[in-house]
Amino acid sequence: MNEVSDLVQGILSGNRRALARAITYVENNYSEGKEIMRQIHKETGKAHIIGLTGFPGVGKSTIVSKLTEEFRSRGKTVGIVAVDPGSPFTGGALLGDRLRMEGFDSSKNLWTDPGVFFRSMSSRGRAGGLAAKTGDVVRLLDAFGFDIIFVETVGAGQSEVDIIEVADTSVVVLMPEIGDDIQISKAGILEIGDIYVVNKADLDGADKTVKWLKAMLLLSEDLVQSLTKFSHADEPKAQNMESLATKSSDWIPPVVKTIAERGDGIKELADAIEDHFEYLKKSSKLEQKREERVKRELLEILMEEIKELVKSKLNYREIIHQIIEGKLDPHTAAEEIVKKLKSVIS
Amino acid sequence: MTIKKIRVLVAKVGLDGHDRGAKVLARFLRDAGFEVIYTGLHRTPQEVAMAAVDEDVDVVGISLHSGAHLTLVPKVIKYIEEFGGNPSEMLILVGGIIPTDDIPKLKSQGVDEVFIPGTPIDEIIEYIKTNVAKKKQLLKEKVDQ
Repeated sequence: MNEVSDLVQGILSGNRRALARAITYVENNYSEGKEIMRQIHKETGKAHIIGLTGFPGVGKSTIVSKLTEEFRSRGKTVGIVAVDPGSPFTGGALLGDRLRMEGFDSSKNLWTDPGVFFRSMSSRGRAGGLAAKTGDVVRLLDAFGFDIIFVETVGAGQSEVDIIEVADTSVVVLMPEIGDDIQISKAGILEIGDIYVVNKADLDGADKTVKWLKAMLLLSEDLVQSLTKFSHADEPKAQNMESLATKSSDWIPPVVKTIAERGDGIKELADAIEDHFEYLKKSSKLEQKREERVKRELLEILMEEIKELVKSKLNYREIIHQIIEGKLDPHTAAEEIVKKLKSVIS
Repeated sequence: MTIKKIRVLVAKVGLDGHDRGAKVLARFLRDAGFEVIYTGLHRTPQEVAMAAVDEDVDVVGISLHSGAHLTLVPKVIKYIEEFGGNPSEMLILVGGIIPTDDIPKLKSQGVDEVFIPGTPIDEIIEYIKTNVAKKKQLLKEKVDQ
């Protein structure tokens, strides 16, 4: 059962072995993978795609496990793609997200639950927090029919923000003592969240981290104007700021405290995730997000195809040699190639 | 055309807390360029089997030091099949404290090879590379060497 038509048929009829094999084909860039993606395309777009990102060790995998349990009890099926880093030296990877999943010793065994599918992926040296094919794997899970798809990024640094290109709802996970208010106000990963989680909230400093986050989030909204009235952001006024914020029609990212290991705060987090999806649907933001995604994807695929075309059809090697020898510079060479392409299109 | 990376599931099954060997192996297989998925401790045969199917691995490496290999390993293989996978497409390897008398018994039940303590890591890596390639050749698939 490794033929494209069998695999597509299998995916659409709920055969997880077919799904697993299709992911392998797509991940390894087989031509069969492309054909599968083509055939399942019209079956996608139904799932709620939730991204989780954050620094290494903050508890992303544990939260995914607990959220999966929670959404299963709400009657949803759950697909999970967990990305871990691949070595830039050997190409190898140790994929260790799956082992955080609740097993037979828990009330719900997620390892053998037919309503849960877990796939580990290596980033294969790609920066940005995801693997090149993560988007396609998410679409396969979507076509298979999972209600909810979690995408867990590699333990991110400050600028691994690719997750927003894949997810409808981005959850940024933090923990106490990750840095002061300046760290929290830095650009990158800390400005992409639709929801923020302060995990390990039983550790010292959790409330301080929550406070800094809230302050940062309020300032990042269009509320600066109304806030200029206040000379100091002391406690009672900070509460005023919050009530101002909630009056605004735009989504104000909530900050949720969790102790994932014990399951504390997981219900609240699941509620926030559902609220955000409702907001996206009501405010037409979902279409906007998905349109952006389609644009980016189309361009990405186009770029690959054009690159291949240029490499195979033009005197590519000769051009390279001319640049090395100094007879040509890369800008002029690129211009000439584009000129040739233009003459074909028009 | 990208070539396929070898994916290995390193599994601890049953009531057995000795994971040093599995962890060291996972690390060395990573350095050999494989994509290694580690299950953590105390997995049931069903859990390991479902993971092998979902992760579509080329190799299932089961580590046991509990003496329960003749019970647990055939169960893993049975469940892989039950969950829609094809164990004969995978290399099924066993490592750990396995009495030499039991090795033929395991092999007759679908295990491809058994590695006992003292096996040089390079030997395991070479075995995986050669034999995954052989299996894939039979299946006409491309594989990273």
